[in-house]
Amino acid sequence: MVVMKSPLITPQEVQKVAKLANLTISPKHEEKFCEQFASVIDYISKIQTLNTSDIKETSQVTGLTNVFREDTIDKTRMFTQEAALLNAKRKHNGYFVVSAVFEE
Amino acid sequence: MVLNYSIKDLHEGLTKKKFSSVDLVKESFATIEKINPKVNACITTRLKKDAIEEAKKCDKERHDDSPILFGIPFVMKDSYITKGIRTTAASNVLGDFIPPYNATVYEKLRNAGAILIAKMNMDAWGHGGSTENTDFGPVCNPFDISRVAGGSGGGPAVAIATGMAAFAIGEDTGGSIRNPASWCNVTGLKVTYGRVSRYGCIAYASSFDTVGPTAKTAQDCAYVLETIAGRDQYDATCSQNKVPSYSKQITGDIHGFIIGIPKELFQKGLDNEIKDAVISATKTFECLGVQLKEVSMPLFDYGIPVYYLIAPSETSSNLARFDGVRYGNDRTKFTEETMRRIMIGTYALSAGYYDAYYRKAQKGRTLFIHEYEKALSKCDALIMPVMSTPPPVIGDLISDPLKNYLADAYTITQNPVGVPSLAFPCGFTKSILPIGAQLVGKMFSEDILLQLVYHYQKKTDWHTRKPYIIH
Repeated sequence: MVVMKSPLITPQEVQKVAKLANLTISPKHEEKFCEQFASVIDYISKIQTLNTSDIKETSQVTGLTNVFREDTIDKTRMFTQEAALLNAKRKHNGYFVVSAVFEE
Repeated sequence: MVLNYSIKDLHEGLTKKKFSSVDLVKESFATIEKINPKVNACITTRLKKDAIEEAKKCDKERHDDSPILFGIPFVMKDSYITKGIRTTAASNVLGDFIPPYNATVYEKLRNAGAILIAKMNMDAWGHGGSTENTDFGPVCNPFDISRVAGGSGGGPAVAIATGMAAFAIGEDTGGSIRNPASWCNVTGLKVTYGRVSRYGCIAYASSFDTVGPTAKTAQDCAYVLETIAGRDQYDATCSQNKVPSYSKQITGDIHGFIIGIPKELFQKGLDNEIKDAVISATKTFECLGVQLKEVSMPLFDYGIPVYYLIAPSETSSNLARFDGVRYGNDRTKFTEETMRRIMIGTYALSAGYYDAYYRKAQKGRTLFIHEYEKALSKCDALIMPVMSTPPPVIGDLISDPLKNYLADAYTITQNPVGVPSLAFPCGFTKSILPIGAQLVGKMFSEDILLQLVYHYQKKTDWHTRKPYIIH
């Protein structure tokens, strides 16, 4: 098993993670963020010392598998167009407005 | 104050017409008006006339077989979707969100005739253990308003401690029901994962999130649980297991039950007054005919890394949907603490770190399942402290993220495993701050936990002590 050394978090790394998470960290907060982020990552890196050889991962604890429902439409759960748009800040002709993905 | 009565007595009083649902709802609003300015527990209070209208309808339609919660006022943590009533998760991202449908738990309580009064303050998205990470101002502890109420469900716990409602619905991902219950002297149940539907509950960490009651006693929790538990076609992770009559079984004999005391949990880092109070609770159980047994849980120290890798990973994924397109505001409105949790999760899931952090933590989760199975194979329940210290002064935890996470040590190992845990009052510090203990049981053993604490609460009066603020 390769034991990873607790990482030193650089401002570039924090900005990279922020970008992946679609968050904006202002330069003003960058240093504080780095410091706090590093102290947490450093602590949870303790997980590396746990012996997990031959242990399988657990991702859920329901004990349930393949929970199916009938493939029918439940009209009581359908929103009207009006209800679906009720909370949207930007709408146009009954549609959601989203930022452009492609440039012209 | 009538709302300090047990749910059983409220039901009886309503049936015998000693008081009406309208009286209860009016009292609820009057208490909120008087107490809330001091504690800041409510985010959104319903229109009084709407709630009174519902109460009038209940008073008119009440009959001898009306459900136990019929016409009884309650509050919910603001993490549950309520149609037409603002739901914020205590975040400005959802500051003006009006949901178009109801959470299953709210639907079930409505069908049982319970009357919603208010949506309660919390750490935004459940991210915190002190209700300071909220865009609606911190919640103050009613036993000392300079201190935190606990979290993330500070609002629901304070509502019960101060008599704003008869019971509350909380949500527990890593202690969010139990932590504020212990710091506010109320009883709170983290149910087995899947016991209650999560449909319409704003997700923090989907594989840890549980929906449960906060109330004055174990008996009140039993009445609420049997109303809200059970299969839901809208939540595929919800259990198909039959719902027991918790309130009927609760009076059963507890002679011969065995409570395990995990020795590692009573060592370093635990406040002495809390340690003494929890040990004293074990003696009370012994007087009630319960056997005590020392057990060992050496894995305990790995709880924080396992939890604080998996929960932020799940939250980074769950909160990705909040982009301000279909509802809510954009991502610049997240608090610093929420940004931190999203980023820790994103980091743990990112290429190059996934195996070392996320996958490793998921393996640690398996080890914790084995650890609890082993400890619970020798006993019916495990007793533990809920918090390692009394409630800190406001500002203390929120200023230091790591310290904030370490405070959760006793409540974060149960959620990755899925086991139920019932937090209950068991004493006070010298400076009159509440102390709580928790009983942790096997999967779906809520009946046993409720039964044990029911008898404990018959024998003790810690849970009946009220904060000075209500006088």
